[in-house]
Amino acid sequence: MSVRILHIASNTFREVVRDRVLYNLIAFTLLMSGASILVGQISIGIERLVVVNLGLTAVSLFGMVIAIFIGIGLVSKEIEKRTLYTVLSRPVGRWEFIVGKFFGLAGTLVVNTVFMAVGVFAALLYVSGTFAWADAWILVALYFIVLQFLMITAIALLFSTFSSPLLAAVFAFSLFVIGSFAEDLRGFAAMAHGVSRILATGAAYLVPNFSSLNIITSVAHQQPVAGEFIASNSLYALVYTAMVLCGAVLIFECRNLK
Amino acid sequence: MSMYAIEILGLEKTYAVGFWRKRPKSALRPLDLSVEAGEVFGFLGPNGAGKTTTLKLLMGLVFPSGGSARILGMGINDPRMKAQIGFLPEQPYFYDYLTANELLEYYAQLSGVAAKERRRKVVEVLTRVGLEDVRGTQLRKFSKGMLQRVGIAQAILHDPKVLFFDEPMSGLDPIGRREVRDLMEELKQQGKTVFFSTHILSDAESLCDRVAIIHLGELRGVGAVADLTSSVEGKVEIIWHGGAVPASLQALTSKCHLRGDTVRAVVREANQDAAIDGLRQAGIRIISVTPVRSSLEEYFVRKLKPSETAAGVRS
Repeated sequence: MSVRILHIASNTFREVVRDRVLYNLIAFTLLMSGASILVGQISIGIERLVVVNLGLTAVSLFGMVIAIFIGIGLVSKEIEKRTLYTVLSRPVGRWEFIVGKFFGLAGTLVVNTVFMAVGVFAALLYVSGTFAWADAWILVALYFIVLQFLMITAIALLFSTFSSPLLAAVFAFSLFVIGSFAEDLRGFAAMAHGVSRILATGAAYLVPNFSSLNIITSVAHQQPVAGEFIASNSLYALVYTAMVLCGAVLIFECRNLK
Repeated sequence: MSMYAIEILGLEKTYAVGFWRKRPKSALRPLDLSVEAGEVFGFLGPNGAGKTTTLKLLMGLVFPSGGSARILGMGINDPRMKAQIGFLPEQPYFYDYLTANELLEYYAQLSGVAAKERRRKVVEVLTRVGLEDVRGTQLRKFSKGMLQRVGIAQAILHDPKVLFFDEPMSGLDPIGRREVRDLMEELKQQGKTVFFSTHILSDAESLCDRVAIIHLGELRGVGAVADLTSSVEGKVEIIWHGGAVPASLQALTSKCHLRGDTVRAVVREANQDAAIDGLRQAGIRIISVTPVRSSLEEYFVRKLKPSETAAGVRS
């Protein structure tokens, strides 16, 4: 990897941190503490289920909001404020800038997720008193959540290269919502006929399949996750992310920075 | 390798404007220009003339519709070339969450400055632009003038061979402007090539070896300041002894100033011989005949018709 990508990534990480984005961890801590205490008082026998469900959903939503709202400004803000001019007039390729920005935000999200994961496990320990072997599947669910973050960061970045922050937010959030129902979309496409079947299938496979990466409910019920499923989901998410990033690079390489 | 530091060959830029029916708008008509190594070159024009477009084309920020350019003999997207140039954009804005020190460290990393030299170079340039005392302050607390200094610091940080400054004096107080002028003189002494755009003509006049004048995206003139100004003005100042102005001379000039028994008159160069003959015939002793050098501003105003200037400012 180019050393310049690392410099751009670390600067992006610093930007996001200094933007006080990690303050969301305070809100998350308060949510998990409150939920743990409340669940302990009102739930009988399902405290663990509720805490895992709530905790992982919160990790996912907090991260998605950060990925979308920071991601959409990663490039457009630099163009608007013209901070990009002094970067691209140096020996920095446009692709390096895009990839560096991606890794910077992705790195922030990973760090954020690690802190939140600690919070989820702490809440689990509080309500259960001990860890079970099946709790290890929570780590897989967290890993899948990180994969979703990579995909949505790349998508937000893609929209950031050619549209305004507002439009990019609308597009990225729409794709997040549609992608959460991707499996249903594929089901609908399979029921269609003729040209509409081709179009619906194409559209269903074009949107990111977040529903396949959402295993929160199953791990909350302590169900194991197959190794092949982990491998195929990893491959899918990484290829999808790489393709979206390539699209972002292609658009940005041709863009006039007026 | 080319002897020119900057070679611009028919570089042009046309944008498509309009929402539904796109129509072409020329921001820069085919521009041919060359700047020799070690020159301080002024790129002059009113607002909206195409100066910033040209600089953005040279920096690879916008893509040309036609033509090409070479800097230090290399293409404008060659990373080896980019490691040897410095660029100060117009009204620069930087990552305001960084301190001046952090920003310059970041730019030094991107420019490929060796890790062991980075810290020293950053301190050196911050001292050079007078910001050593605020190096640990976040840029969001900087004034416009201080940001301009940071902009200059980042442009010279990696010791580039060619510098591009877009309106370098903009936002600076008189002391700051003097300092930038001194810095540019210093860069010239060091053999650097400086290409800077400005609409402040006195800056160009005092600093530049050569200037180019651009207006409405079109090159209107290029040359040494002295050559440009002498080519259009063509006036001579004649001073003679004695309080009288001969009738033959009164027809040639309306500007006669009498001080004591000395008269000073300015006549067009074409009328110089007739004026001198008239004075000699009247038996008047001529003290001096001096060509009048106009300022660059006069040249500029003459070169750009008032209506065009107004149009340029509007666009």
